[in-house]
Amino acid sequence: MDVKSALFYVFATVLLFAALRVITVRNPVHAALFLILAFFQASGIWMLLKAEFLSITLVLVYVGAVMVLFLFVVMMIDVNIEALKKGFWSHFPLAASIGAVLALELASVLMGGFRSAPSPIELSAAPGTQISNTKDLGVALYTHYLYPLEIAAVILLVAIIAAIALTMRERKDNKLQDPAEQIRVKPSDRLRMVKVEAVQQPLMTPVVEDPKT
Amino acid sequence: MNVTLGHYLTLGAVLFALSVIGIFLNRKNLIVLLMAIELMLLAVNTNFVAFSYYLGDMQGQIFVFFILTVAAAESAIGLAILVLLFRNRSSVNVDELHSLKG
Repeated sequence: MDVKSALFYVFATVLLFAALRVITVRNPVHAALFLILAFFQASGIWMLLKAEFLSITLVLVYVGAVMVLFLFVVMMIDVNIEALKKGFWSHFPLAASIGAVLALELASVLMGGFRSAPSPIELSAAPGTQISNTKDLGVALYTHYLYPLEIAAVILLVAIIAAIALTMRERKDNKLQDPAEQIRVKPSDRLRMVKVEAVQQPLMTPVVEDPKT
Repeated sequence: MNVTLGHYLTLGAVLFALSVIGIFLNRKNLIVLLMAIELMLLAVNTNFVAFSYYLGDMQGQIFVFFILTVAAAESAIGLAILVLLFRNRSSVNVDELHSLKG
């Protein structure tokens, strides 16, 4: 067994252990931390498969952004763990049987079909040249897959706008101005014509002091 | 025993089955449900990368790239909905979301 195989078994064992802990641990914060461990192990496995760019992207995007977001949300909201864990193991027999059947079916098909799979084919055509996974991926993305790439960018933009629009709330006491309201204003809203007499009657007669007193 | 394509695919299958079990077990906790979905996507992505390596085809990795993009958007919107839900109901219990049941 060479080093690569040993590394695969180590990564796979820790990955499955972390996944098991994610779904069984009581505290959601611990679940998020175990999910981070799982992503690191998966990144190592992808590195073994010579997908360096995606491996680094998994760490940067998932551990760096998505899981930090998860941790932030989990810590921000006050979860009542006891209520959520009520009846946790009641569905375990059903879940375990479905999961075992699923895993066995998939494994039998996959191991039966791909045990005698060919040895890996190198991606680069020219022998002896240094292969850059990132360069290969970038060339493919920006030539053949330019249109899907732009759609992906639009999807991310939609996600940004949706996340902001969903969670933004206005304070009740803020004094912001509404430009549409300002444009729609009519002169009668702002100016009130009042009929005023040219000569106004004095409101009260001046008090004349009596000089005798 | 040398590692073949079947080993990677079996790892992906077991990971996928684990996350399905997780969805059954944590059917009340919306946060862990989202995490189980992330694990499922990870399993599928591992299959894609393994096929890409063993068949010498770049397209698998490109597909994984797009899956990562969509999964990031999905989790961002999902967490936003979760925050909104907690703000309105003070709970993330799935059993309490029955206002559309009719």
